[in-house]
Amino acid sequence: MKVPLSWLREYVDLPPVTAHEIADKLTAAGLKLENIVSHGHEIKNVVVGRVLEIEELTEFKKPIRHCRVDVGEAMPREIVCGAVNFAVGDVVPVALPGSVLPGGFEIGSRKTYGRLSDGMICSEAELGIADSSPGILVLPADTVIGADVVELLGLRDDVLELEITPDCGYALSVRGVAREAATAFGAAFHDPAAIGFPVAGGGSHPASIADATACDRFVLRAVSGFDPAAPSPLWMRVRLARAGMRPVSLAVDVTNYVMLELGQPLHAFDRATVRGEIVVRRAEPGETLETLDHVVRKLHPEDILITDDSGPISMAGTMGGLATEISDGSTAILIEAAHFSATGIARESRRHNLVSEASKRFERGVDRDLPLAASWRAVELLCSLGGGTAEPGVTHASIEVEPVAITIPAGHPGRVAGVPYSKETVVLRLEQVGCTVVDGAVAHTGGAGLAASGVVSGGDLAGKLAVAGDDPITVYPPSWRTDLTDPNDLAEEVIRLEGYDQLPSVLPAAPAGAGLTETQRLRRRVGRALALSGYVEVLSYPFIGVRDLDGLQLPEGDARRRAARLVNPLSEDEPLMRTTLLPGLLKTLVRNVGRGFTDVALFETGLVYRPKPDAPATAPILRVDRTPTGDERGWIEAALPDQPVRVAVVLAGEFDRSGWWGAGRAASWADAIEAARSVAREAGAELDVRADRHEPWHPGRCAALYVGETLVGHAGELHPRVAEAYGLPPRTAAMELELSRLTPAGPAQTRPVSGYPMATQDVALIVPADTPVTAVEDALRAGAGELLESIRLFDVYAGAQAGAGNKSLAYTLRFRAPDRTLTAEETTAAREAAVATAAERTGAQLRGA
Amino acid sequence: MSDYDPVEVTPLHADELARAEADALAAITSAADLDALKQVRLAHAGDRSPIALANREIGALPPAARAEAGKRIGGARKAVADALAVRQAELEAERDAKVLIEETVDVTLPWDRAPRGARHPLTTLQERVADCFVAMGYEVAEGPELEAEWYNFDALNIAPDHPARSDHDTFFVESTESGKVLRTQTSPVQIRALLARDLPVYVISPGKVFRTDELDATHTPVFHQVEGLAVDKGLTMAHLKGTLDRFAEVMFGEGISTRFRPNYFPFTEPSAEMDLRCFVCRGASATPGSPPCRTCKSEGWIEWGGCGMVNPRVLVACGVDPSVYSGFAFGMGIERTLMFRHNAEDMRDMIEGDIRFTLPFGLEV
Repeated sequence: MKVPLSWLREYVDLPPVTAHEIADKLTAAGLKLENIVSHGHEIKNVVVGRVLEIEELTEFKKPIRHCRVDVGEAMPREIVCGAVNFAVGDVVPVALPGSVLPGGFEIGSRKTYGRLSDGMICSEAELGIADSSPGILVLPADTVIGADVVELLGLRDDVLELEITPDCGYALSVRGVAREAATAFGAAFHDPAAIGFPVAGGGSHPASIADATACDRFVLRAVSGFDPAAPSPLWMRVRLARAGMRPVSLAVDVTNYVMLELGQPLHAFDRATVRGEIVVRRAEPGETLETLDHVVRKLHPEDILITDDSGPISMAGTMGGLATEISDGSTAILIEAAHFSATGIARESRRHNLVSEASKRFERGVDRDLPLAASWRAVELLCSLGGGTAEPGVTHASIEVEPVAITIPAGHPGRVAGVPYSKETVVLRLEQVGCTVVDGAVAHTGGAGLAASGVVSGGDLAGKLAVAGDDPITVYPPSWRTDLTDPNDLAEEVIRLEGYDQLPSVLPAAPAGAGLTETQRLRRRVGRALALSGYVEVLSYPFIGVRDLDGLQLPEGDARRRAARLVNPLSEDEPLMRTTLLPGLLKTLVRNVGRGFTDVALFETGLVYRPKPDAPATAPILRVDRTPTGDERGWIEAALPDQPVRVAVVLAGEFDRSGWWGAGRAASWADAIEAARSVAREAGAELDVRADRHEPWHPGRCAALYVGETLVGHAGELHPRVAEAYGLPPRTAAMELELSRLTPAGPAQTRPVSGYPMATQDVALIVPADTPVTAVEDALRAGAGELLESIRLFDVYAGAQAGAGNKSLAYTLRFRAPDRTLTAEETTAAREAAVATAAERTGAQLRGA
Repeated sequence: MSDYDPVEVTPLHADELARAEADALAAITSAADLDALKQVRLAHAGDRSPIALANREIGALPPAARAEAGKRIGGARKAVADALAVRQAELEAERDAKVLIEETVDVTLPWDRAPRGARHPLTTLQERVADCFVAMGYEVAEGPELEAEWYNFDALNIAPDHPARSDHDTFFVESTESGKVLRTQTSPVQIRALLARDLPVYVISPGKVFRTDELDATHTPVFHQVEGLAVDKGLTMAHLKGTLDRFAEVMFGEGISTRFRPNYFPFTEPSAEMDLRCFVCRGASATPGSPPCRTCKSEGWIEWGGCGMVNPRVLVACGVDPSVYSGFAFGMGIERTLMFRHNAEDMRDMIEGDIRFTLPFGLEV
């Protein structure tokens, strides 16, 4: 809402304070300042002049006039001017030499087109009144020559641009803002809606309300003999422009002006085009309306319409119809001022994607008591400015609405605030808002009628919201505050007017909490472990497309192809919610490589979205006036996808860098699996790594990762086709693991640390080349028994000496006893037992044996 | 009585001893390096050195002669030992000065052999926020990101016609009638927490949220919020203010100025916006005539987040009796907090995953 201060000051006796001081107070009251735009402060030395003589200079490509202008000085001034819309005798604004126009544009005396130009005759645009103007601004003939134009036209003004929250429809008017300013400064408020208007004299044009849920007040007034050529006065155009509305024609400008002034949207019909009685109703099947913007709109059965005998003539509160539009020949005007359903207009506006100044106000709530006054104000302006005559009588269709009454204990606002307010304060503040406050309680009736919020409070809910307590007061909110329906709405009014800045700052004493859960701690440890291993965390968008899944070479029917689909994705290429973290990570890796970081290791932790195979299609929308049942909550959960937490890594280039110390080591499948191991270690789990074939991994370099018999993820080198599809460096490796499947182990259990000496034994075993190392190691461990402290594979050899189709595995076994020094016989026996078990399980043979 | 050898052994002769001592000292002095000195030590102070042999013979002397001989030999041994120690120190210093210097390396050589990793600042900032509230007794609550409309809107008193529920703002899943959306705020966790937990409830819930904004320097369709909720007997707006003042202090340091300003949210009533004094201009730019401030658009204040007293309608939807319990809730943008706290000007840097942005943050923000 843009509010020129000169306009605001008409309705409130503000002290002599700056625009910023006013804005600060309004911001503190909840009308937040967005911007202050100053107008006309820089303009000086522009005076009123009369054109005495015009000499047309014809030797130039465009018309140029050399004028003599009386500016109230001893001698007329010579001025060259390029505009032709004025005549001798016209009164015009003249910028004298040394004057400054908006934008710091300085006017001097200069020679141009061969003549002296001793100033400039100004247009509206040059004076900062309009964005553009076709010619010179011609002032009324009786304007005093030599008068200061800035003073005369009120060009010097500050405009406050305020952000109005959706509950404050009343503040979308100078009237509403003035009321807040009056309260904020303790100044007198002069309500512009408090005007006398004739109500008697019968109807003006027949009208009725056919649907009480659509409209509960409909007022029509008529003007005849209107001069369609009458221009809008300059003061009105200046105000409209500064309030952000483009001046159009007098009839339209008047409706807009009154809407800005009072907050009541108005519509003007060309009465000559209206056929018979006007009826407010919902649309009938198949109806259409061509609106002012020349669009033929198919109407929805819930659309609220203004209709006559011909059918729809206007979409209520959103946009008028083309056929009944005011034209440059309209002399009889019908002014409509109505109170429509806030939710009805909100839906209509959204259905047709039509947001207008009127719809914005209706959906936020308009003062139900305004239509009679606002329509009269418009009629008065049309008559005084456009030469029309007010037709006697007014059409007033109205549905009875029960007033909202809210009972609260007088101490309630203070209890919400945490600082006591006296009853006098509470009553005073509510009265400043416009409420009527009476002592005692009445039965809670809540927001019947067409409340702005559209939330019907009544019956049981109102009972649940009621606040009991001593010293009850009953509050009747004013007609312009449709947002006030609940006890806490009243508390907010009192607290904001007393000042949010006056609230004390008190830390509550929360009960002792249990800290982070084990799962939450695990997620943090996993992040730290991967970062310390050299991975950089990324947070990619969870949106993917079928192309990403194709790129991963996922077969048809792969579970990861069953993804939740967005109705309105940001990009049509990525309408799916990720079922795997890899696409986002791989694209981020490519981006980094493209920016010159060829050695890159990334990780991400986040949710994947896995629709349940038999999920119901919809998650029900439950009632809100009571707790949902367990069943109801269950239905919702059943419809939502599973959303487990996963962690994934991708890496390419060198993981161990080359440098002056020598050669480095390329990132490989082994790093990816090790990343999984370090994640599992943080959960206290031992990872069981098994060879697997699983997209998107290289079929010979893919590991399935198990904890016990639970599959938790995969790791390895990516399939070359995946690397190609994503544009990855060759041999890019990746790991993805479902953290939700790792249950954090309980506290680690210690074992006594033996101080006895260790005994070391090396063994080299020959096994068939396709024997998994883990099988050999498991066998050695099992065979070695209790005395084995650790086992380490220190060499793998697959050369000729191992024999064709074989490999040699060299292990160091370390033995130690908790209670004694081991004898050579004991260690040898243990070693032999280990080898025997390995031989039995894997066919391993002792090398050289 | 006399079982000692009356013969005086040669080494005990005073001149012999003196010569042995002189020989030893000469050898010590002439030892050129530590290895040579080691040989000298063996020859002149070792078990088989003349002085050691003389020492061994003391026992064979008549008792009357023992003291005198012992004194002489002791003197000689000490002289040799002292000389050895002095020479040892000299030679060690010489070696340090020569040999170790020859082993000098350039310690300024880089060692970027192992890759460096880092956690994303948005992650660690969420953790820091959580820690701040865990220290106050809160617990961390979680909820799904693909959420039911009822949790995201209805239960939060956001009416079916509220503009935020249109597909201009909210991502819908499967269809606009499916009742499933990408959560537009962390507030649905409030509802889940109230339904799942025993009262009183004090929870903090950081997480990812989604709105259909195009990505630019100050907007991203996927961003992070932190939601706070406290429901207890007797909670007031003063408690809300106290809590957020403390939070601001932990995030931005002592001396941060905050302000509460009336605002509107369907799920809180009364509602407020928490503003922070602009970090850049300290509010000076709001004074007319002063230089403009890009950070706060010359307003002097920066919006940090919304808050308020939990709307009793929300409590009713969660089965909490508003005549017994009251609560407050707040929600702050993590991206905005990161921008303010770390002077991160462009949100695109936070989501693109360029390692140059993330690496400097290390393990914690």
